Amino acid sequence: MSRGWIPAFAGMTFTLPARQAGPIVLPSGASAIKIYPEKVLAMQWEIVIGLEVHAQLSTQSKIFSGASTAFGAAPNAEACGVDLALPGVLPVLNRGAVDRAIKLGLAVGGKINSPSIFARKNYFYPDLPKGYQISQYELPVVEGGSVRIQVRQDGEEREKMIRLVRAHLEEDAGKSLHEDFHGMTGIDLNRAGTPLLEIVSEPDMRSSAEAVVYAKTLHSLVRWIGICDGNMQEGSFRCDANVSVRHQGADRLGTRCEIKNLNSFRFLEKAIDYEARRQIEILEDGGTIQQQTRLYDPDKDETRAMRSKEDAQDYRYFPDPDLLPLEISGSWIAEVKSGLPELPQQMRTRFERDYGLSAYDASTLTADRDIAGYYEAVVDKLPSDPKLCANWVMGDISGYLNDQGKFFDNCPLSPSQLAQLLTRIKDGTISGKIAKEVFRQMWTKVREQSATWKSRNSELEENLADQIIEAQGLKQISDSGALEKLVGEVIAANSKSVEEYKAGKEKAFNALVGQVMKAAKGKANPAQVNEILKKKLAD
Amino acid sequence: MSLSLDDVKRVANLARIEVSEQEANTALAQLSGIFSLIQQMQAVDTSTIQPMSHAQDVMQRLRPDVVTEIDQRELFQSVAPQVEAGLYLVPKVIE
Repeated sequence: MSRGWIPAFAGMTFTLPARQAGPIVLPSGASAIKIYPEKVLAMQWEIVIGLEVHAQLSTQSKIFSGASTAFGAAPNAEACGVDLALPGVLPVLNRGAVDRAIKLGLAVGGKINSPSIFARKNYFYPDLPKGYQISQYELPVVEGGSVRIQVRQDGEEREKMIRLVRAHLEEDAGKSLHEDFHGMTGIDLNRAGTPLLEIVSEPDMRSSAEAVVYAKTLHSLVRWIGICDGNMQEGSFRCDANVSVRHQGADRLGTRCEIKNLNSFRFLEKAIDYEARRQIEILEDGGTIQQQTRLYDPDKDETRAMRSKEDAQDYRYFPDPDLLPLEISGSWIAEVKSGLPELPQQMRTRFERDYGLSAYDASTLTADRDIAGYYEAVVDKLPSDPKLCANWVMGDISGYLNDQGKFFDNCPLSPSQLAQLLTRIKDGTISGKIAKEVFRQMWTKVREQSATWKSRNSELEENLADQIIEAQGLKQISDSGALEKLVGEVIAANSKSVEEYKAGKEKAFNALVGQVMKAAKGKANPAQVNEILKKKLAD
Repeated sequence: MSLSLDDVKRVANLARIEVSEQEANTALAQLSGIFSLIQQMQAVDTSTIQPMSHAQDVMQRLRPDVVTEIDQRELFQSVAPQVEAGLYLVPKVIE
């Protein structure tokens, strides 16, 4: 097999099965070879991925100083003496940062260490004025735990558990600006001392697609429990990916490379795909992988070496004598626990169990707290049909919101307005088809008010659906007398179709139903029309 | 564990300390002395003792998550060697 082809293919195979159900057929001379992506991979390379995620914690003040963490301030306006490492300053730990770390620990079922120890990680860089970063080495706040992700395999949704190694608290560094300042580098220390929670996974992921699902699940979780705003453009959620490859079935891990600072899910996926391909090409050429830190360049879609990876000794970690051991009491943990919301995993299970939703629906509706809250508010008004509610929330509303780049927290239509529309489908006032039209008009109407369902005094517009149905006479004709009259007229005017039907042509019946619906301007109940028509034709 | 002159030079380099050959040799002798003390201590059975991370047997005190610092950039930058547009300027850093 030609070598130029396999590496390029192997890097992609994991994402293929989802889109490509059948075999890939490659022409080869006279006969075609059938290759199943999964099987090619089974003979070839396995990609092994672990992620380190830096979640910026949503505290008001920094982790070891009382300076503000607000984004977008003038350079160095939020860098105080502690952040600048002026002589004589001492760090004092922010309780809010520890609170958030405990929350994450409880949400992933990890162990909360007490005591937990802060360590100095020594390296020299001008955006780190102390000459060391305060981090954790031995005894991080959280050890172990796991995150469950939904992956697609062979066209089926399946749950996979990604184990966590640890989650530890640390301070962020400042920013270096390499634009030209007369051949010098400009330093902004506003970000220095911002609290970060570094969440480290085991190398449990086997494709870039899985890594993205894990990162998205974690991203959703940190926002769900309110410890991080998840804003990736502002760098509040950054991923480092450790990528290695090995022959399928090998028990030892290959040499890994770390790709730093991936700040979008798309870059995460592309960087891993590129990196895996790069490593496979080197190995197939008989080379060896060098352990490295690499950077992803989105413009060229490639990774390149940043620096040879320092090993842990080079950082000369040691317990920070400026900080005492952190004690996390059982009562503190209990207090944090009682403040935790229902977690997405629990809610997903409850949606499947109580509302009879599929795993896919339940997981879509628990993607974040806003969509989940919205959905529950709709079901609250229409408890008899959670599936119908789910279809509309995931389908029509999501679609309209997407078009406008909005999310559920600022959806203009309220859950009770939607629930009323759905109630009208349920009670037969309107058909599903007419409902789409009513929905479109409702949406236009609420959008004009340029308010969100949370900010609007919704009592006034509760019956928006009814107003539109009423004003435009969209009610289904449910009066059987009126319908029978219509059917009678259609039968009289379409004698040809009637004859054909009586001669055994089923198609002719559908044509007649269509004629009745047309005469009723779409407002007839199709089931009722069928029934009346059958009865009349049998006469 | 015995320490070599190369080890001393490597640690000095990591810590960005410039040492002469003579200073490196002095440091090697002194550090080796400290290492032999550590070796002596390691002979003691500590398997049942919890490692100590701080000399004082007290726990970390915490502060509430409140902003207490005001912008003192002007004051801080008045002692900086070079500033521009609110930034501290340092010799060019190249990865």
